[in-house]
Amino acid sequence: MYAPPTETENLGNRKSRNTGCDNGESLRPSHTPTGCGNSYSAGYCSFILSAKASAGRLDGKMREKTLTMDTLNPQVKAVEYAVRGPIVIKAGEIERYLEEGGTKPFSEVIKANIGDAHAMGQQPITFLRQVVALCTFPELMDSPSFPEDAKWRARRILQGCGGHSLGSYSASPGVECIRKDIAAYIEQRDEGVPSDWENIYLTTGASDGIMTILRLLVSGKDSSRTGVMIPIPQYPLYSAAISEMDAVQVNYYLDEDNCWALDINELHRAHQAAKQHCQPRVICIINPGNPTGQVQSKKCIEEVLHFAYEENLFVMSDEVYQDNVYAPDCQFHSFKKVLYEMGPEYFSSVELVSFHSTSKGYTGECGFRGGYMEVINMDPEVKAQLVKLLSVRLCPPLAGQAAMDVIVNPPQPEEHTFKQFHQEKSSVLGALAEKAKLTEQILNAVPGIKCNPVQGAMYAFPRIFIPPKAVEEAKALGMQPDMLYCLRLLEETGICVVPGSGFGQKDRTYHFRMTILPSIEKLNVLLGKVRDFHIRFLKEYSGLE
Amino acid sequence: FIKMLSNRTVSVLKWGRCEAYTAVYPKVPDRVLNFSPLPSLSSPNRNLSAFPAQVYMSENGALPRLGKVLTADTMNANVKKVDYAVRGPIVQRAVQIEKELKEGVKKPFEEVIKANIGDAHAMGQRPITFFRQVMALCTYPLLLDDNKFPEDVKNRARRILQSCGGNSIGAYTTSQGIDCVRHDVANYIQRRDGGIPSDPDNIYLTTGASDGIVTILKLLNTGEGRTRTGVMISIPQYPLYSASIAELGAVQVNYYLNEEKCWSLDISELQRSLQAAREHCNPSVLCIINPGNPTGQVQSRQCIEDVIQFAAKENLFLMADEVYQDNVYAEGCEFHSFKKVLFEMGPEYSSKVELASFHSTSKCYMGECGFRGGYMEVINMDPEVKAQLTKLVSVRLCPPAPGQALMDLVVNSPQPGEPSHQTFMKERTAILSALAEKAKLTEQILNTVPGISCNPVQGAMYSFPRITLPERSINEAKAKGQAPDMFYCMKLLEETGICLVPGSGFGQREGTYHFRMTILPPTDKLKTLLNKLKEFHQKFTQQYS
Repeated sequence: MYAPPTETENLGNRKSRNTGCDNGESLRPSHTPTGCGNSYSAGYCSFILSAKASAGRLDGKMREKTLTMDTLNPQVKAVEYAVRGPIVIKAGEIERYLEEGGTKPFSEVIKANIGDAHAMGQQPITFLRQVVALCTFPELMDSPSFPEDAKWRARRILQGCGGHSLGSYSASPGVECIRKDIAAYIEQRDEGVPSDWENIYLTTGASDGIMTILRLLVSGKDSSRTGVMIPIPQYPLYSAAISEMDAVQVNYYLDEDNCWALDINELHRAHQAAKQHCQPRVICIINPGNPTGQVQSKKCIEEVLHFAYEENLFVMSDEVYQDNVYAPDCQFHSFKKVLYEMGPEYFSSVELVSFHSTSKGYTGECGFRGGYMEVINMDPEVKAQLVKLLSVRLCPPLAGQAAMDVIVNPPQPEEHTFKQFHQEKSSVLGALAEKAKLTEQILNAVPGIKCNPVQGAMYAFPRIFIPPKAVEEAKALGMQPDMLYCLRLLEETGICVVPGSGFGQKDRTYHFRMTILPSIEKLNVLLGKVRDFHIRFLKEYSGLE
Repeated sequence: FIKMLSNRTVSVLKWGRCEAYTAVYPKVPDRVLNFSPLPSLSSPNRNLSAFPAQVYMSENGALPRLGKVLTADTMNANVKKVDYAVRGPIVQRAVQIEKELKEGVKKPFEEVIKANIGDAHAMGQRPITFFRQVMALCTYPLLLDDNKFPEDVKNRARRILQSCGGNSIGAYTTSQGIDCVRHDVANYIQRRDGGIPSDPDNIYLTTGASDGIVTILKLLNTGEGRTRTGVMISIPQYPLYSASIAELGAVQVNYYLNEEKCWSLDISELQRSLQAAREHCNPSVLCIINPGNPTGQVQSRQCIEDVIQFAAKENLFLMADEVYQDNVYAEGCEFHSFKKVLFEMGPEYSSKVELASFHSTSKCYMGECGFRGGYMEVINMDPEVKAQLTKLVSVRLCPPAPGQALMDLVVNSPQPGEPSHQTFMKERTAILSALAEKAKLTEQILNTVPGISCNPVQGAMYSFPRITLPERSINEAKAKGQAPDMFYCMKLLEETGICLVPGSGFGQREGTYHFRMTILPPTDKLKTLLNKLKEFHQKFTQQYS
């Protein structure tokens, strides 16, 4: 279905601001001087109160706020980002309540809402941290406790930095030697398909790259406004960015009955329908899927690329989970490689940008905000514009760039640290594969929950049956039914998952997203609690007691 | 397009499709190479499932592809309007020259000196030891057991890690920034401002100050036509402002600083500019850079008070860019924060005027640009708008955790009695007094050159001297379609290797010409640079008179 832009809402918000002095906005209690109570020191507060009589007056005129909900950028208002939305804010409140000694039927909040591996107890890869620590404090080069292969990597990175310091700005597209390492990595990953380092741009996490490319693509007005095709369910960065840029979101639905596979007929349908309202110019693919965990087959990728070729669509391929493939019959195929294999007609014409990140895979280094994108077949003039646009933000964080370098240039078999590195890597990926299976199995044993195999990525996105009575109750509360479900789950068990409505789903189907990242013991407990909760919830709302 | 590919790919493509293709990439499946003519591609509604997926290419490769999706014509027009001189054409040329030098091309100089950007470490400034020690420990916590690190370093690292998810700097932080860092920032502001309270809930960590500035502008950007948001910026300005305004499609409203009065800000000029702007847009935000970039002036307390009064009277949202707050050199000058002056003006102002102020790890004595650390404090922001701000920043997940940790150290530096205090103070003082010396030196030498006049560098990191250009050089530049000062700076670069940014990139009064240079090179190098500049200017003047 084509998602209509929030046109009426926007128009409503764009009305000129109320300039009357008796505007209720300015009289809201939180704006008056007494509102300073929350954390201002008492002494200062009384100072303010003593002068209250004159407050709010300037030259006899009330001053209203310049920036209010009425004057706020309407595109910002339209943005929604469920992964850190209301449910997560609620989880934070409960956490603080528990810390302050409050009691709940549980002792801790488990945040299964986000793919944040380290927060879930995953240990950093030693080698990566060694290299970044050496870059940060080069005096450690003299320390015998750091291995030589980490030292030479750090030296090499520092040689690429201005003044040999991680504290200097890098070139806006990133440190040159890191771009070269990335290109070499891609060539190796794609079994020889050439990669040009000048097509590589380091980013501040993959999100930054995705936003930047969308920013280039969004143009036109009304029916010539850029339409962005995104999968439903999707990772809400896409819908949020589309709202913020006032582009048109064009939904194509993944096939839940077919393990969330992408159906080429559905792409055609979505594209045809959208053409009535906008100009679809870009198709976004997330592979392996987030939140849906499917791994695309090579044939399916070929079909998508052919579709993009035929319909003149720019392809954005979000491949941040490329190392997270668990199902034995699945394999990650990069869009770049498949495009190359389709022959020069395709490889020399389809515009493709693919994204990677330090945050996922086996490293889980989210806090470093490292990532890169590879840009294929971009018009040289546009590329110059891209470089200019990136330069305004100066450069991506250097520590993140260094972390990215370690990921694309890991220890080799002949190197000293290879064994330990390899061991750590396979233990993380092995555990993830086990947890993917465990999650699917336990969830599928619960009546009213149906979970597709978690072939890859870091999440399960099970479908949940919500009794009609609960649906009605949610509607009466002005809430999505799966939001009600997830809030109840949080309140009763301390488990924080994200309702499917935050990712998009077919009408009248309900889901939630949970990460598979907690340790196996914790995951077992968590899944057990979800099961008990679900059964309780069904009983309560279906009157079957 | 050929230029964009690696040599290897070019050779592949130049050879006619199939042979070379198999030679380089032998794993190509046979079916891709067995082309057969496509069924009709002109019918848009044809059913793709009836179409064998592997047969994509026609014999001659002439598929009805419409050319690139993303071209200079179809791209976001606002992006095209963005200009960012600090990393503009002159810097690109400088990088090119550096490469030529490396390849052995003879030039009248041995190295390129990049005085275009305030990048302290790239100019040889050493990082503060304490900062880097703590950062290394945060990155590689095994070092906490290393007795080479002082206790205060370990304590800081432990404290930061304890507030990170999973005690790892690799976890996402809350979108607003790590709790304890925000508390430390608030305490710092409170100390700096002589006890005026600061609320941690008003602090947002950012990815460098630029990120915060763009985010706040994004909130303020609204309206169409005459109601479109106008953003008042100083001329000369730091081009992040003009670039963001262009990208957001807001209206740039210039107010001119008074070069004759040491680049001071004149309220009557603000008034003039506002009146003029109200004819065609809705000016709702006033940006101030203090100490000034590129102009180096330090605002007096009185002037700040006048600005605040003006903003209050005219209902303007204030943005105070205070990233150079520790960079004040001139005797008689002192940094006054907008926040402090606002609160000293009494509750009728302090409870009303909306203010966002910005700070960063990149400037002052730290110069840690690569970490992309920064914060903003928002005062009197409508609570609903604040919730929108939090939502907006959550889409980008979080600012880089190492940058946040570094920001924490800046606001929570070693105290008297702590083991690192002495070294820290020594390093800090050495850097700041060297900068003060270089500020003076730059002003003095430049003012000895006939045709160059330079205001005192009271603060920040740049001089922005006015240069007199001979009529003939102006004409020659215009004939080339270049700004006269761009022509001047390009010639300077080609002849001396010195890279400066032309005044036209910052904005200047018509008919005046300037350049911006940093005062960051070490004193010896700076002297050489200034003397080369002097010679060049004399030669240039002679050549064109």
